[in-house]
Amino acid sequence: MITAERKPFDEIYAMTEGHDKVLVAGCDTCVAVCLTGGEKEAEILAAELRIKAKEDGRDVQIEHTAAIRQCEWEYLDAIAAKVEEYPAVLSMACGIGIQSMAEKFAPKLVLPAVNTNMLGMPQEHAVWLERCGACGECVIGDTAGICPVVRCSKSLMNGPCGGSHDGKCEVTTPEKGDIDCAWALIWDRLKAQGREELMLVNRPPKNWSKSSSGGPRKMVREEAKPV
Amino acid sequence: MSATQYKAGSNLEKILSEGKFAVTGECGPPKSADGTVIEEKAKILKGFVDAVNITDNQTAVVRVCSMASGLQAQQNGLEAIMQMTCRDRNRLAMQADILGASILGIKNILCLTGDHMSFGNHPEAKGVHDLDAINLIKMYKDMRDEKKFQCGDDMDVAPALYIGCAENPFGDPFEFRALRLKKKVEAGADFMQTQCIFNIPKFKKWMEEVRAIGLHKEIKILAGLTPLKGVGAAKYMKNFVPGMDVPQEIVDRMASVEKGPPAQAEGKKLAVEMIKEIAEIEGVAGVHLMAVEWEVAVPEIVEMAGLLPRPAVA
Repeated sequence: MITAERKPFDEIYAMTEGHDKVLVAGCDTCVAVCLTGGEKEAEILAAELRIKAKEDGRDVQIEHTAAIRQCEWEYLDAIAAKVEEYPAVLSMACGIGIQSMAEKFAPKLVLPAVNTNMLGMPQEHAVWLERCGACGECVIGDTAGICPVVRCSKSLMNGPCGGSHDGKCEVTTPEKGDIDCAWALIWDRLKAQGREELMLVNRPPKNWSKSSSGGPRKMVREEAKPV
Repeated sequence: MSATQYKAGSNLEKILSEGKFAVTGECGPPKSADGTVIEEKAKILKGFVDAVNITDNQTAVVRVCSMASGLQAQQNGLEAIMQMTCRDRNRLAMQADILGASILGIKNILCLTGDHMSFGNHPEAKGVHDLDAINLIKMYKDMRDEKKFQCGDDMDVAPALYIGCAENPFGDPFEFRALRLKKKVEAGADFMQTQCIFNIPKFKKWMEEVRAIGLHKEIKILAGLTPLKGVGAAKYMKNFVPGMDVPQEIVDRMASVEKGPPAQAEGKKLAVEMIKEIAEIEGVAGVHLMAVEWEVAVPEIVEMAGLLPRPAVA
């Protein structure tokens, strides 16, 4: 799923300045699952903003709402009446949902209350790890179901660099702590599968034109279009 | 061997091809537009090493580029091994730069992945990593041997390159390390330099694996050594440099002597002992001395190791 983190409160609060009516809009799909931007989190953020505004002596109306998914037009229709009442919206959806809101209700001001960070999964409760870079050309059939594009810090395609040590990546930051070396994981799992010869194949340069390097992507499914 | 049989005809290639024990050094370009640094380092090393690595934004810190510094080294009589990392350039830039380096007379190229941006002074930079080091070796080999760009387009004049790579015998998974070198040989590497060796028993074990698959006959292997200036340097490398394996007895040995000149003398003595031991290992074709910001130690070490005079090749 898509994961996101709430922006620092002060940054969000600064976005509300100059507005007398602000709607905090949650999204009850991905960002709700990662406990960042669902209806409950939208309600909490709206309350925090009201308290701060009151402390500052501002006369501002801050309410909340939520869409089932902000990234689909029909779910935005369901909250349209409420959104129309507010000149400014703080969206807590991922970057896709925020842009859908901004486009649907243009030229209304739609502002991001979260930083969208990855396509990941909860490894354990309250810990999410990146799993996919949406590179447009999946290689994990040959890499034991482990993505070297985003799980290797250097997106290497031919095995670990010299910085792999005891199964850990050379990149360690105070925020991230130790990172597993993707190629050490791949090597171990390929061996368990009896397919380690796949590590000996020299993979050619990756075709990045299928990733965001090729410009904004578009997918059309002709067979799925309405007749 | 006639000149036409060489891939690039560099001094390094000739020495290694003739089976002579090679000595390479390393020069880090300055972190400013100071044109004197490489000149000075070249003066120190000239005549004591066969070629010198010119690092490419080493440890992800911005410095004068390896092409300009390599050219400057060569203008001062010291053959360059231009380093090229995949971190800072995409395939267009890496091909453009090698063509540029080639027309300026640079013949040795060392293909590297590069230390991650997070280690350096621009941790917010976008890492390129369009290719990996193995892709880079293959791309340069195809430019040289097939006169082809990576995309398949033809070129009129191929760059004459002696293609190098690096390998870390102390990286993990250990059992994949010799196989990774095999991939680099298959991609087209002519010579390789290892990460700094302090753990000689482990290096010997790695060389056993290398010999077991015959790689020592397919690629010229230069063993990397870093002379230690003192116990501080030993501890730093043990604890903070990625992929480094410094045994405790090395740290203890450096700690057993007084700081300053006695420690430096011990560091040089240790380096000489290591060169002599490593030179005996079957399949080692030379030594790569990485005296980081201590280039002045190299002439003495090379002399004490009995590696002077450096061979003259036609």
